[in-house]
Amino acid sequence: MPLIAGRLGRIGLPVVAAAVALAFAAAVTSAVLAATGANPLAAFRQMIGYGSQPDSVVNIINRGTTYYLSAVAVAIGFRMRLFNIGVDGQYRLAAMLAAAFGGFVALPPVLHQAAVIVVAALVGGLWAGIAGVLKVTRGVSEVISTIMLNFISTGIIAFLLRPNLFAVQVQGSNNIGTPPIPPSGRVPGFPLTGASIQVFGLVLLAVAVGVAFAVLVGRTRFGFDLRAAGLSPSAAVASGVNVPQMVVATMVLSGAVAGLLGMPQLLGDSFTYALDFPTGLGFTGIAIALLGRNHPVGIAFAALLWAFLDQSAQILDLFGIAKEIVIITQATVVLSVVVVYEVVHRFVLAQQQRAVGEQLGADERVAGATA
Amino acid sequence: MRRMRVRRVAAVALAGALVAMGVASCGGGETTAGGGGGEQSLKVGLAYDIGGRGDKSFNDAAFRGLQRVQKELNLEVKDLAATEGESDADKASRLKLMADTGYNPIIAVGFVYANAVKEVAPKYPNVTFAIVDDETVKGSNVANLVFAEEQASYLVGAAAAAKSEADNIGFVGGVDTPLIKKFEAGYVAGAEKINPDVEVQVGYLSQPPDFSGFRDPAKAKTMADGMYDKGADVVYHAAGLSGNGLFEAAAGQKKWAIGVDSDQYVSAPGDQKQYILTSALKGVDVAVFDFVKSVGDKTFKPGVQRFDLADNGVGYSTSNPEINDVKPRLEELKQQIIDGEITVPTEP
Repeated sequence: MPLIAGRLGRIGLPVVAAAVALAFAAAVTSAVLAATGANPLAAFRQMIGYGSQPDSVVNIINRGTTYYLSAVAVAIGFRMRLFNIGVDGQYRLAAMLAAAFGGFVALPPVLHQAAVIVVAALVGGLWAGIAGVLKVTRGVSEVISTIMLNFISTGIIAFLLRPNLFAVQVQGSNNIGTPPIPPSGRVPGFPLTGASIQVFGLVLLAVAVGVAFAVLVGRTRFGFDLRAAGLSPSAAVASGVNVPQMVVATMVLSGAVAGLLGMPQLLGDSFTYALDFPTGLGFTGIAIALLGRNHPVGIAFAALLWAFLDQSAQILDLFGIAKEIVIITQATVVLSVVVVYEVVHRFVLAQQQRAVGEQLGADERVAGATA
Repeated sequence: MRRMRVRRVAAVALAGALVAMGVASCGGGETTAGGGGGEQSLKVGLAYDIGGRGDKSFNDAAFRGLQRVQKELNLEVKDLAATEGESDADKASRLKLMADTGYNPIIAVGFVYANAVKEVAPKYPNVTFAIVDDETVKGSNVANLVFAEEQASYLVGAAAAAKSEADNIGFVGGVDTPLIKKFEAGYVAGAEKINPDVEVQVGYLSQPPDFSGFRDPAKAKTMADGMYDKGADVVYHAAGLSGNGLFEAAAGQKKWAIGVDSDQYVSAPGDQKQYILTSALKGVDVAVFDFVKSVGDKTFKPGVQRFDLADNGVGYSTSNPEINDVKPRLEELKQQIIDGEITVPTEP
């Protein structure tokens, strides 16, 4: 019995919590839809119908890929109680510099893509590393320093994205961006039956990052130190973990993954960092990491759910329903998953205690009978 | 454990706040069906740039064009808003969604739609597209509606310099992009034509990739107040929705302001009206209407359609009578630009 409860706690609990949270979020969204005079069932049917079209599926996978990388970057920090809120600035700066690098250098295929990706990871890692160093040397909270670094990276990008520096402006266009990356540096996509657009080739990069994250945190000494330092810094120090070093290493790692998050879009679709490059993905990652409970698999489901909601909501506008309604769904699901998890966790804990108590009582009775 | 929980709650709260910020910045779309069964069956779709309907400036100019389409051509119309920070894929999805549900023609408002139109237009050869502010997208079913913003800005720059008693004027740009720099270039050139010694204070509300400068009236008010405090007595804006902050500052300090894209004297609240000297007009409304009309009567021509002073595609408004005393001078300059005697720079 305790064994079953334990296993249920580890695997079943997150699933149950997610299901309850999703149902609750759907209920809240339905209530809001009904209150604004729309038919919730019809709205959901439209969303599912549109969201399952081939082109939408491709967009959901592509969007989910970036969301996944963003959330993993945040989750690495969360695992050791570091709140990297600067993923947004890290990926934008990394994408911009990597795009400029990829556009200016000429390299053979494979090497070209790899070099661009390495540059992005380096830039992201170094940029986040600043916050890590500030924390261990000067005691600056990483929440403050990373969000401030977001603004600085915006300033740097604006400075560098000028015609005489890293940018070129095409005649007749009001856009401005880095020179386009030549075909040797692009990553081809996968076709999907029936879709007119392609799945990002770098979806494989996201999978690789997910696997690496799972192995690193769950199966290595570094990961053990990281989790230990997160659970109790003092206990970690006592058992010989160099906590300051771990803080810097974790921030760098988190930033490196953040640096990768612009890559699927850059190498698979945009080929240039221009004014229309997506922004704000780093903040979405925070919510998705929370929803996925910092777990590599959980985050994948959370990222796809989030992407599905974003994509399928586009159809609502056509029926006079504001597509921003899904933001309510997303916010509710994140809030309720945290609450539900806590409630279910306590319930399971109480059951375990009762089971253990009963077992002990029975043992005592047995012992008393034999005595 | 408790500290950890506090931290988690803080993280949730923060994430919630950031998401809420996202909500606050987006507007909703709305269906507006045409009067009663027109002869034509065209359904007109329009997709906005960041800022959306309600900015009283650029996007609202497009909306006015759409309203005219609905009223005068009696067609069904639909307008959809963009989300801040979205990718080209989102924009492409929006255009495809409209094309798939029978909207034709479709108008994309803003150069940020360039890649989306480039992707979608070839896939829907029977649908006619128009893109505003971009001439890089080519196609037999694509019209590029572009404007000589610098010419209109030149004239209001001249008006500013002529009206300024302190020989000191200001320019508030929304976001530091090549497009807004065109406004600045024309404005400064026009002012210096009238008064070579005029001092022009130039400021931008945000730097790309931060596009908040187009929807931040509070920041525009602060910047405009600063310019007035430093001696300017006329300030021009090219900042979309943010311009409303400039008008507040102008009314508060009882100094001149100049509007952009739409005739903002008409849309401003009563207490601010009298301080709006003129507006640099960008005829997005006319361009949208003419485009839809050309599709309707089968006279559509693909390619670049440039709107400038010569064809009244851009201009300045005269709804505030205060402009009348400098009007003859402005008309003179306007004619010189049309005749090619003056070439207005497009870069500062």
